[in-house]
Amino acid sequence: MERLREFLAGQAEGDLLPWEAQCEASRRLGASLAMVEEAALEWGLMPKRYSRNRDTISIPQQLRLCRSRVAVIGCGGLGGYLIEELARLGVGTLVLADPDVFEEHNLNRQLFSSLARLGRAKVEVARERVAEVNPAVTVVAHRAAFSRENGKSLLSGCSAVVDGLDNVLTRHALAAISSDLSLPFVHGAIAGWYGQVAVQMPGEDISPLLGPVSAQGKGLEANLGNPAFTPAAIASLQVSEVAKILLGRGSLSGRVLFANLLDMEFEVLRYGRSTAGRGE
Amino acid sequence: MELTVKLFATFRDGRFEKAQLDYPPGTTLANIVDALRIPRDEIGVMLVMGRHAELEHTPAPGDTVAIFPRIGGG
Repeated sequence: MERLREFLAGQAEGDLLPWEAQCEASRRLGASLAMVEEAALEWGLMPKRYSRNRDTISIPQQLRLCRSRVAVIGCGGLGGYLIEELARLGVGTLVLADPDVFEEHNLNRQLFSSLARLGRAKVEVARERVAEVNPAVTVVAHRAAFSRENGKSLLSGCSAVVDGLDNVLTRHALAAISSDLSLPFVHGAIAGWYGQVAVQMPGEDISPLLGPVSAQGKGLEANLGNPAFTPAAIASLQVSEVAKILLGRGSLSGRVLFANLLDMEFEVLRYGRSTAGRGE
Repeated sequence: MELTVKLFATFRDGRFEKAQLDYPPGTTLANIVDALRIPRDEIGVMLVMGRHAELEHTPAPGDTVAIFPRIGGG
């Protein structure tokens, strides 16, 4: 570790560590890029790729992100943007789950879809994308649908859970298992011009916001579909909530955001579990 | 009794965004959504004064009722 420290100190530009030096340290000292990143941050060096985050994210906060593990469940419309932004943010480990391959009808909105990638597993393409953008981020990819059976093992050890799912039923399972594990859960859902975001902190229950459990588990999106911009907008709001939760900077908890991009209205309403007994 | 009813997203189409409406005492949320011809299976969540409420709930005079369609995509 002392050799690593000396090497990094010698390569630093002020308190910034250039990417080339991070790679060289990894090669010379046999440490992973992730380990070098964590060590650099511990010693007060900011990897240069994050230099434009200042003063929004300090070195100790970047270290906190580096040591975080976030699950993104569903790697389609919301999921692609969630993964892209969390990787650029420098969240150390991303746990991904999605059973699907890219299909032609994904091309209108799913960030990681392309003509060349049709037929390829979404989680594998996501892993490649993260490796292209930020190889210091570790990806744990599961080509599987989230379920009550595999849920606990998928989420164990995570700092937060993010909703990239496309149906109400599985969302209820994800919210319930996040709650069982006392993990913050950042919900997002989209349909046409509309979307919603909510945060369930441990001890809270946002399940009524997810919609009633019905046979198909679909909502407005069954008719409206989802255009290019709605997943990008809602996923970005979710990632800002994840960042705040990881950094202890508050959250949307106790409120719910409804976004109406058609009329450009963002309503944040106080939200409580139930009116049971009131007015009856 | 007078209630403020707020509709969101596509529930506004052919209806309204926000209205003060008069209902007989004892009106439930089910009565309200049925009168507005909102299909019950399209509802995501209903909030009365910021609290989640079920169809059987009876709002109090002056309450604000917000009705949201179900949004499930990702």
